[in-house]
Amino acid sequence: MRITVFVNGEERQADCWEGESLLFALREKLGFPGSKNACEQGECGSCSVLLDGTLVCACLVLAVQADGHEVTTVEGLASGEELHPVQQAFVDAGAVQCGFCTPGLVVAAVDLLRRSPDPSDDELREALSGNLCRCTGYAKIFDAVRAASRA
Amino acid sequence: MTQTAVGRIGQLVARTDAPPKVKGEFAYASDLIVPGMLWGHTLRSPHAHARILEIDISEAVSMPGVHAVLTHEDVPGEKRYGLEFADQPVLAIDRVLYYGEPVALVAAEHPEQARRAAARIRVEYEPLEPVADMTRATELPDLHPEKPTRGHGYREDDRPNVVRHMVIRHGDPDAEGDVSVSGVYEIGSQDQAFLGPESGLAVPDGAGGVDIYVATQWLHVDRAQVAPCLGLPLESVRIHLGGVGGAFGGREDLSMQIHGALLALHTNRPVKIVYNREESFTGHVHRHPAHISCEHRATRVGRLVNVRMQILLDGGAYASSSTAVASNAASFAVGPYEVPNALIESTALYTNNPPCGAMRGFGAVQTCFASEAQMDKLAAALGIDPVELRLLNALAPGDVLPTGQKITGSLPIAETIRAAAALEPPAPEPLPRTPIRLPGGAGNTTRGDGVKRGLGFAVGFKNIAYSEGFDDYCAARVRLLADGSAEVHCAAVEVGQGVTGVILQVARTELGIDDVRLAPSQTSTVDSAGSASASRLSWMAAGAVRDACRAALEERERRPGEEVDVERIYRHPRTTPLDPETGQITGERAHVAFAACAMKVVAEVDVELGLTRVVWIGAAQDVGKAINPQQVEGQIEGGTAQGLGLALMEEIQTRDGRITNASFTDYLIPTALDMPPVESVLIEDPEPDAPYGLKGVGEPPTVVSTAAIVSALRAATGRELVRVPVRPDDIVF
Repeated sequence: MRITVFVNGEERQADCWEGESLLFALREKLGFPGSKNACEQGECGSCSVLLDGTLVCACLVLAVQADGHEVTTVEGLASGEELHPVQQAFVDAGAVQCGFCTPGLVVAAVDLLRRSPDPSDDELREALSGNLCRCTGYAKIFDAVRAASRA
Repeated sequence: MTQTAVGRIGQLVARTDAPPKVKGEFAYASDLIVPGMLWGHTLRSPHAHARILEIDISEAVSMPGVHAVLTHEDVPGEKRYGLEFADQPVLAIDRVLYYGEPVALVAAEHPEQARRAAARIRVEYEPLEPVADMTRATELPDLHPEKPTRGHGYREDDRPNVVRHMVIRHGDPDAEGDVSVSGVYEIGSQDQAFLGPESGLAVPDGAGGVDIYVATQWLHVDRAQVAPCLGLPLESVRIHLGGVGGAFGGREDLSMQIHGALLALHTNRPVKIVYNREESFTGHVHRHPAHISCEHRATRVGRLVNVRMQILLDGGAYASSSTAVASNAASFAVGPYEVPNALIESTALYTNNPPCGAMRGFGAVQTCFASEAQMDKLAAALGIDPVELRLLNALAPGDVLPTGQKITGSLPIAETIRAAAALEPPAPEPLPRTPIRLPGGAGNTTRGDGVKRGLGFAVGFKNIAYSEGFDDYCAARVRLLADGSAEVHCAAVEVGQGVTGVILQVARTELGIDDVRLAPSQTSTVDSAGSASASRLSWMAAGAVRDACRAALEERERRPGEEVDVERIYRHPRTTPLDPETGQITGERAHVAFAACAMKVVAEVDVELGLTRVVWIGAAQDVGKAINPQQVEGQIEGGTAQGLGLALMEEIQTRDGRITNASFTDYLIPTALDMPPVESVLIEDPEPDAPYGLKGVGEPPTVVSTAAIVSALRAATGRELVRVPVRPDDIVF
């Protein structure tokens, strides 16, 4: 069926098979490959997006469920060449290695800081515990989010 | 993508790939889309060992959207390939040797159509008894009677299922000490669990050749395996680096490269293959499970007299890099200690378990876990402080390894041990406390009544770069352009470790200019860089880029005002093989250089529930020279996390050779709640043979952290804990 999704403020349409996830539709049909396909079963958080402002794993949402809704992906955070403060903090802190988890973590961190602008360490760890990173051991990701919370 | 960097050697340099990665604009191999593209899917064996009686594709080919269904009969060239030995069929021929072995391929318009068509391929199997237990493999039917690894200079061993058997005899292997401690240790199979699944896009060039855009670790060795199977000359196969979402050894062996190219050439359409997570668990090699028996003999004052170890490594169904892993396990079995006598036996075996090969640490992880447990045991038996015992036996330049190799370069073991030991752990946290700070986290419903705290320590080392006479080299090409800028070509693969930054830092330092670009990595514009593995690539790429830059500047002096384009190949000092009978060096050295890491760990264990929490890790690492300190720290933190995973939670579980936990629901890797703060100290003792004195930094933390964490768990529980990952049952019962 044809779906209409408002991705990062733009109206986009795609023809989707009913079994397709929002992640597949974003990546393969709507032109937003920034959200990543690491587990596709809601365990790793690499596909984290905001659906009407709520943090979700795009792999667990059917594309047709997003019909008529607003989606914010990692591609929608920067203003042109100017990175979002969370993105800039990830760059500065060395929080990016292979970077495959980064889009999901950036979106999750943006969501966290919206809800809790100055999170405690425990809160920070718990909030990001749904996003797996295999490269960094998380330390520099925590540094980045702490820096962004102060920015 | 062309990349530009700021910063020179030794400076904290922001990665050039970081901005596109944080914006979601970096193109990973799985992100590639071209018009007219088909999706490939691989049908895999549901059996660990079976004979194939018949493959019937007739129904699958008529399914909607399907453009091709291929079997082994459609492989036009060599039917087998392999990283070091061509023992693995491109597609299974008359038998399957492991669960998940590729049997047939489908290309279709939509990935779901491809999956559904693959499900309609009818394969008739006759299941056979799997060889599932490595400790019995030499008594069971030979899975590879053709002995693919024979004739490569290894010790002759005619027992069934032996990939490589090696023995290191050093001094008097019967030498007695005043005290002796023994143990039998087991290490489970670990998955690299990189987040970016195996992916690639194969594009036919219209002239019979193919371009493959793939996430890999070594472009040129992929080409050398792919082209013969396609029946094509090397130049008709061009491998381009697709963005890599982590590797850790798991991308050394081929995944979709030949399969994608076969489908693309057959359909004359671009074909993309992306594994899902379950397929990824069967689609790459793993860390070898190991079974290690040890005896350490020492004098009353704690000097090691004799170390005897028997190491069994389960290589799974195909050879991959098992021969080198077996050798590395043996070479580093004793740990970074001087011992006058040793008898080390290391055997890699074929089984019908998932194939094993390279993973960060490469054999040294398994033996470090065993030998460091032995050192703790010895310290307890002698009543000596474990750190003091390690210092007493620490290797130093001039000492001789069990292989007879004299340490000629940098190896500051004692300094590294002292630096880690000097780190001050945090004070114990009071109880009761917020549940997420208890062992087991929020799942722990107690008030912490059963929580015990333990302090552990371990040190380990391994080789840098390829060993045993391998012709290990890296090429770089430098162009000095008329506008004053420079362009560097190097096939070094950026897997996330930051090698592109190292290349740019070196080029900027050598050329003395800021405007340096790094061209995309591919096979057709520059010679091989070798693999992103063995902690070798920063060293090798730095050497090659340095040499090419210097040659380019000389060329410019000779021909002022003209554009310069030079390519140089860098080799590290030559190594030679080990004697197949004695395991002794046949030249000056079998390994070119070494790097060490020491760790101090505080862990808490709820001894009633069997739950654990690593509280703090202090690490000191011998890095030679930190080219980019922030990235070096990142390697230490990330490498430590992978070792923590092996210590506490990560294991590929099999039943009769079938993987039973191929998902991130059932195979757990450390999360943000599992990782403690890692405090790291960089020991800079320049390696004389390396460019700028640098050493590779990726593997040492992974080698050591498993051993150090379990040492802390032992201290907390008083249990022997001879197996990783440590399970709650091991602590409670």
